[in-house]
Amino acid sequence: MRTIGLLLCGWLLSASCLAAIDPALLKPLASEDSDTKIAAIAALAQAAPEEALPVLKALADNSLALAGERVVIVDGARALDAASNTEIKPAPVAAEPIGINNRVRRELSAALAALRLFSGERAVRWQAAQEVTLSADAKMLPLLDKALAAETDPEIKTRLQLAHAQASLGSTDAGVRLDAVRTLGDSSDPRVRQLLIPLTEKRGDQWFEPDSAVRAAAGTSIRSIEQRLAWADNLGRAFTGLSLGSILLLAALGLAITYGVMGVINMAHGELLMVGAYSAWAMQSVFRAYLPGALDWYLLAAIPVGFLAAALVGVLMERLVIRHLYGRPLETLLATWGISLFLMQVARTLFGAQNVEVANPVWMAGGIELLPNLMLPWNRIIIVGFSIAVLAAMWAILNLTRLGMFVRAVTQNRPMAGCVGVPTGRVDTLAFGLGAGIAGLGGVALSQIANVGPDMGTGYIVDSFMVVVLGGVGQLAGAVWAALGLGVFTKFLEGWTGAVVAKIVVLVFIIIFIQKRPQGLFALKGRFVES
Amino acid sequence: MNAAALLMPKPQDEDNPDWDSGTAELGHILKPGQLDLSHKVILYLEDITVSFDGFRALNKLSLAIDAGELRCIIGPNGAGKTTMMDVITGKTRPDEGTVFFGQTIDLTRLSEPEIAHIGVGRKFQKPTIFENHTVFENLELAMKTDKRVWRSLFAQLDSAAGDRIAETLQLIRLAAHADRLAGLLSHGQKQWLEIGMLLMQEPKLLLLDEPVAGMTDEETERTGELFLSLAGKHSLVVVEHDMAFVKQLGGKVTVLHEGSLLAEGTLEEVQADARVIEVYLGR
Amino acid sequence: MRTPFLIRLGRSFDARSWQLVGLFAAFALVAVPIMHLVLPPEHPLHLSTYFITLTGKILCYAIVAVAMDLIWGYGGILSLGHGLFFALGGYAFGMYLMRQIGRDGSYQSELPDFMVFLDWKELPWFWAGSDSFLWVALLVLVVPALIAFVFGYFAFRSRIKGVYFSIITQALTYAAMLLFFRNETGFGGNNGFTDFKRILGYSITAPETRVVLFGLSALALIGTLLLARYLVTSKYGRVLTAIRDAESRVMFIGYNPLWYKLFVWTLSAMLCAIAGALYVPQVGIINPSEMSVANSIEIAIWVAVGGRGTLIGPVIGAFIVNLAKSWFTVSFPEYWLFFLGTLFIVATLYLPQGVVGLWFKLRAGFRREGGELAPTTRGAGA
Repeated sequence: MRTIGLLLCGWLLSASCLAAIDPALLKPLASEDSDTKIAAIAALAQAAPEEALPVLKALADNSLALAGERVVIVDGARALDAASNTEIKPAPVAAEPIGINNRVRRELSAALAALRLFSGERAVRWQAAQEVTLSADAKMLPLLDKALAAETDPEIKTRLQLAHAQASLGSTDAGVRLDAVRTLGDSSDPRVRQLLIPLTEKRGDQWFEPDSAVRAAAGTSIRSIEQRLAWADNLGRAFTGLSLGSILLLAALGLAITYGVMGVINMAHGELLMVGAYSAWAMQSVFRAYLPGALDWYLLAAIPVGFLAAALVGVLMERLVIRHLYGRPLETLLATWGISLFLMQVARTLFGAQNVEVANPVWMAGGIELLPNLMLPWNRIIIVGFSIAVLAAMWAILNLTRLGMFVRAVTQNRPMAGCVGVPTGRVDTLAFGLGAGIAGLGGVALSQIANVGPDMGTGYIVDSFMVVVLGGVGQLAGAVWAALGLGVFTKFLEGWTGAVVAKIVVLVFIIIFIQKRPQGLFALKGRFVES
Repeated sequence: MNAAALLMPKPQDEDNPDWDSGTAELGHILKPGQLDLSHKVILYLEDITVSFDGFRALNKLSLAIDAGELRCIIGPNGAGKTTMMDVITGKTRPDEGTVFFGQTIDLTRLSEPEIAHIGVGRKFQKPTIFENHTVFENLELAMKTDKRVWRSLFAQLDSAAGDRIAETLQLIRLAAHADRLAGLLSHGQKQWLEIGMLLMQEPKLLLLDEPVAGMTDEETERTGELFLSLAGKHSLVVVEHDMAFVKQLGGKVTVLHEGSLLAEGTLEEVQADARVIEVYLGR
Repeated sequence: MRTPFLIRLGRSFDARSWQLVGLFAAFALVAVPIMHLVLPPEHPLHLSTYFITLTGKILCYAIVAVAMDLIWGYGGILSLGHGLFFALGGYAFGMYLMRQIGRDGSYQSELPDFMVFLDWKELPWFWAGSDSFLWVALLVLVVPALIAFVFGYFAFRSRIKGVYFSIITQALTYAAMLLFFRNETGFGGNNGFTDFKRILGYSITAPETRVVLFGLSALALIGTLLLARYLVTSKYGRVLTAIRDAESRVMFIGYNPLWYKLFVWTLSAMLCAIAGALYVPQVGIINPSEMSVANSIEIAIWVAVGGRGTLIGPVIGAFIVNLAKSWFTVSFPEYWLFFLGTLFIVATLYLPQGVVGLWFKLRAGFRREGGELAPTTRGAGA
């Protein structure tokens, strides 16, 4: 009957069409006694779910008052009759506000959530269903029954069934409890597990749950929830590992060109990342000052700027220093370390010694909630995607363009490449610039998830080299596998050793691995290897 | 003093087997690591295969070098000559096959220094000497002696060793340059120095990879004479492209092609072989 | 006829070098104590405490520089992890100094303050015996040597060389730094060891103690130089430089480079550890930042600036760079990294043989004797 009434009301599109509430139900709300109040809230919610909503909301907002015998909703200067939801004219002179304590407030919010289960908007109902799941108790059962009967959306319905089961746990009927425990076993919410655990425990020497069948079912349900949780946990770790791996990859890709392909030991690589990260910060400042409306898109502008800035620094480095040290790797190492110190101090002088603040654009905030305990943040997802894009671009440049061909020719046989007309000097500069630019892209990405400051580069240099060395020098595919493998391995290790120990273990693992396979994962073989 | 006399095994040298009593006896006793030449063969290669990323540098190569023989190995580029030397000296491990030094010593189980120590000397294609050491020091370092760390810390040159170095300096005509840095020598002199270092090692088997590359005709000829004087007392394997030099050396010639043995015989024989002509001249 | 070892050691230096060594020893062991302890502070020749501590510290660095030069300049192995061995020596000796504090710490406990702070009830097992000077002196030598030996054995056996080796030594020291940063490791975490009070019962801040420590550092440096000189003029030294220049040739004439490299690598680590142990009581603190990658690379620049492949070069380099550092960080702290960075670049680009090489070049310009610029590997007396 009520359903039909509701439909009718919706069709009439009028708030005032709501049936009036029996004032007798409202009166106890003003009682001094909390228990009476709580009972009144429950009774009201059950009797007239739709009409009770504004009244209970008012109660929660402290705007419900008692004017003589009549319960009114105070709205600024106006006053509405709580029973009929119509304005009272003239407004009553003396209205005494109805106060509530914390216990009542708790009950009230649960009741409010339950009432919102009948809202016309799906989003409101979904939210309410989620809230209700955690606080459902036996008192709400009739309400949940009603809501279940009215609900058409399957997703919300499942959720409500869960809430219903939870509420049934308090039932005195063992059969009801058994059903409830079984239904709860389908959940993958860690909070549900918390709820079930007491059922299998003893209080004193008395079982918390008297019925042994229910106890056994609770145990089974807990195990199945735990399995699902563990699965989600591992999935989550794999994802954070993947994300760490893609960060390592972004940090190391530039190095894969400068060290892996060209054989230049660039210890200033971390500072090229820093240049990229500061470019992102600079673009953010520029947008803030001149294009505040498009602030959210500063990151897109930072990508080319970061690439070019780092590439420029790289080209200068190559022309001024590295060029003169080809074939002397250890000297190159020291000279580029000097450059790294230099660049660090430049950043400190220009931008200050403190970290600068780079904000995530709004479209990178939030994430996708795959499971109740598994949330994939957008910024991580975007970085994984970005690293794939950079990798693809780099592969294309090395394998499909003329520059790439020249680079490969020069690295394989410099004199011969020179003889057939490859401008080896210019190719070196361009290739180094490309590697530096890619490091800059990595820096732009890093600015979204890590601190941006003058010292940020030092944190990545060891990791980057580890990736390149582990993958096998000169092996792009090796670097990818090494980065992802290290990322996932580190994250799983962190799960049971903590971050610092995990890092130490990874370093030691790499040191041992290199002993076993000095050429990395993807080894080159043949008579040219040693020279 | 000629080279042969210089390289005569000394009587007290127990490592050196008696070269003349080559008759195969039964029941002779060898110390571990001692070279057994009872079958007059110093080096056996059997079915050696080496592949690099699918490319077969050596393909079931079998070869035997007799004690005291001077063998030339020729073959076009990429025939596997250098890889073969790498396998013998322990630089490259074969995927399949065995390498025996004498009857008993399996070279595939030993490291480079161990192989050098039991008597295999190698000269590289590109002269490899210690450029920041003097000529004298180069020879001193190569000299046959206990080469462990502890000994080197307290090693002193005795007069016998000094004499040996002086003799070798004479032989390789670098006596006047003894105190010069080896890096300042001419290309041909470097080649000779490397050969001199090899002689100081007193090896039983010498592997020489293009020993006369970059030498003048006169130097080449003298090198040939030196090698001929060494043969008989030592076994030599010479990889060479210079046919005139091969001719001067005489002896047996082995032709490698694509990692396998193509032909074997005197120079005239292999030069007449149709397959060899095809490999060298193309189709 | 074998010449006795001591005589050969004596001959490894020529007469002028011996004069220099004697002069230096006289200055450090006689002049410095007098100038610091006897002369009144207002006397123009009086040496301040600041001078003693600073030079004492740099003497320790010079030992590290010579140790680095042995493996890099002569052995061709660039280690970016030598800070680790230096710090290990420092930590080992620091354990003794911590125990010497006794009950004078802020918590008046037998345990070092940081352990009380962590609520530890007793010393961890590896602190056992750390109140004995001799045991700790042994630890200073043995622990770094053992770590260097094991690490070096596997690395050299796998024929890891060049930049690969540098990178994994860097990873090694980085991992160790992370480990020492943890409080649970038992070495004071972030703060490391500090607030020392006594050494062998003597007050560590007393001028006399400082002078003795200074003298010991000077003696250790002289000892290091003598040992290094003997090594590089011996046949061992010639094999070592031969390995640096043409390793495969060395192998094919029958030397096993593994043991040759391992010997100098382990020895170098031990020298660094001794330097670290002398450094800690003079500076008064040791913490994990000594193991940072940057510190280890800085050692390489001392050697590069001074001159690789010479023995006096690293000593000069350590003094130049560290004096500049202490001057800059006081007067122009913001320019220090610019200076150091430029030094790295200039030294590698324009001073391949360091200032010592430059000196020889200039002198050769007057005398016209080119060609002898290559690192000296032969004994001057030979």
